[in-house]
Amino acid sequence: MKLNKILNKTLLIVFAAVLLSACATKKVTNQMQGDVYTGKETIEYLASGVPDRVFFATNESVLTTASRETLRKQASWLRKNSKISVVLEGHADERGTREYNLALGERRANAAKDYLMTYGISGNRISVISYGKERPVDSGSNPLAWSKNRRSVTVKAN
Amino acid sequence: MNKIRFFYILIFLLFLNPKTSFGLIEVDITRGNLNPLPIAVSPLFVEIKSIKAFQNLLKKKNVGEDIATVVEKNLKSSGLFNPLKKEAFLQKPDIAHLKPRFEDWSLIKAQALITGEVKFENEKLRVEFRLWDVLAGKEMMALAFTTVPENWRRVGHIITDKVYQRLTGEKGYFDTRIIYVSEEGPKTNRVKKLAIMDQDGFNTKYLTLGNELVLTPRFNPTNQMVTYLSYFKNLPRVYLLDIETGVQEVVGDFPGMTFAPRFSPDGKKIIMSFAKDGNSDIYTMDLENRIVEKITNHPSIDTSPSFSPDGKYICFNSDRSGYQQIYVMKSDGSKVKRISFGKGLYGTPVWSPRGDLIAFTKLHKGKFYIGVMRVDGSGERLLTENYYQEAPSWSPNGRVLIFYRETKSDSEGRGFSAKLWSIDLTGYNERLVDTETDASDPSWSSLLSE
Repeated sequence: MKLNKILNKTLLIVFAAVLLSACATKKVTNQMQGDVYTGKETIEYLASGVPDRVFFATNESVLTTASRETLRKQASWLRKNSKISVVLEGHADERGTREYNLALGERRANAAKDYLMTYGISGNRISVISYGKERPVDSGSNPLAWSKNRRSVTVKAN
Repeated sequence: MNKIRFFYILIFLLFLNPKTSFGLIEVDITRGNLNPLPIAVSPLFVEIKSIKAFQNLLKKKNVGEDIATVVEKNLKSSGLFNPLKKEAFLQKPDIAHLKPRFEDWSLIKAQALITGEVKFENEKLRVEFRLWDVLAGKEMMALAFTTVPENWRRVGHIITDKVYQRLTGEKGYFDTRIIYVSEEGPKTNRVKKLAIMDQDGFNTKYLTLGNELVLTPRFNPTNQMVTYLSYFKNLPRVYLLDIETGVQEVVGDFPGMTFAPRFSPDGKKIIMSFAKDGNSDIYTMDLENRIVEKITNHPSIDTSPSFSPDGKYICFNSDRSGYQQIYVMKSDGSKVKRISFGKGLYGTPVWSPRGDLIAFTKLHKGKFYIGVMRVDGSGERLLTENYYQEAPSWSPNGRVLIFYRETKSDSEGRGFSAKLWSIDLTGYNERLVDTETDASDPSWSSLLSE
């Protein structure tokens, strides 16, 4: 009896989870994974095949696998173009308090900077600026827009 | 205790003949006021010679009426008073100011009455006003002061402050200014300027041109200086601006972004965050000897610091627990203690000028709240819920909070707005604050006339 109840509950939970994940995959239409942006809109290219930006989950500054791949491409491009220095612009979405978002943008840009440095790019060639939530690329007030705005963008400084 | 007294007075007024009662009017501001006090603000009397002088100087038909309108608007905005319509007034302003016929005023249900007279004397504006208890048939207050005629709106604010103080027992907040960030343009490229205005939205002045991004301005205790964040030359740094002279300077020499500045209560230090290598910590800089002190030292984000009014403690925002929460520490950085434990994220703590409360922004389940809690974190009270709002700033008497609110927009940014709002500590009396443009990051000055 008790076991039955537990089994029932478990089944319900599994069922709910399946439903939820079905919803989630439907909703993202390969634009988001979790709440990290994985689409191509708004991305610009430093050179052919070298995307200029990486995206973050809400309140996070952890680099995803895709972000690390992008940054490795940037690092190899920077190694080949040793005269170029870059500014990493860190950004947050509009769903946070202004001052915290300034700090968060700085933390995101530095996460990207650290990764570039571990791939051999000198810290002297990289500067960092945070815009917090002041410069969104997408004006929308929806989860997809927010995911595009949680970003660190690598910009040529010279 | 307060409640009991309130009832006592109410009963007193109801059952005794008002004329023989000794209790004068009192307005209880500690609770939501559902029955604002009916008050008549008689236009201030101006004799004919003065009227002409003011007309030449100020281009105003009748400055006495205009001052009364300022007072009325202020009283109404407090939510504690209900200014009555002038059309119903039976007595002429000059006669009422000499000796009101209380029956006439109680006939239109006024419980309090303000009368006054404005004169042009030695190139100055001289005002004299009285506050009357209509039911008791008594004068409660009489005051006179002199100022330059251009200050006529401030005259209205000062009268309101005196009346508010006499009737509530607490200082007013009407002769004050708000500094804020004026916003224009598309959401992806907002042009922001520092702006300053009277508390009621008049006399707006722009302090920067909009060439660089500016954020989070805050007054010093004497209201002459402002500290804020500027992206001048794309280097986000805390600046100091002298409002009178327009002189600006960078605060300190930090090799990275400084932000979230505020003055210490004595005005001698600036407290702010400095971000380096992905870590933000809290620092102070002494404005006299330029000595910089590091107050927090933690690999998490520490920001939004705000001193207690006695300068002994600092509340701040940190994500050292994993998420944004509110902490309190001693002003030397010792004895750090988390005080927010409710569900959700907490940010922008600001210590009340009375010292007993901390106002904050809270994010929970996709909604933003402005709330208050005691300084030990107990007694959390959420005053208002919305799609997006943050950054409360206290009125100098600690009774009202001003903050900004943003609306949702579609993918083209349509529907977006940023406006200033105010709300009573009681959670009642939420109001849009007039601004010429969209506005954010408000900061309330202290009383100007003290």
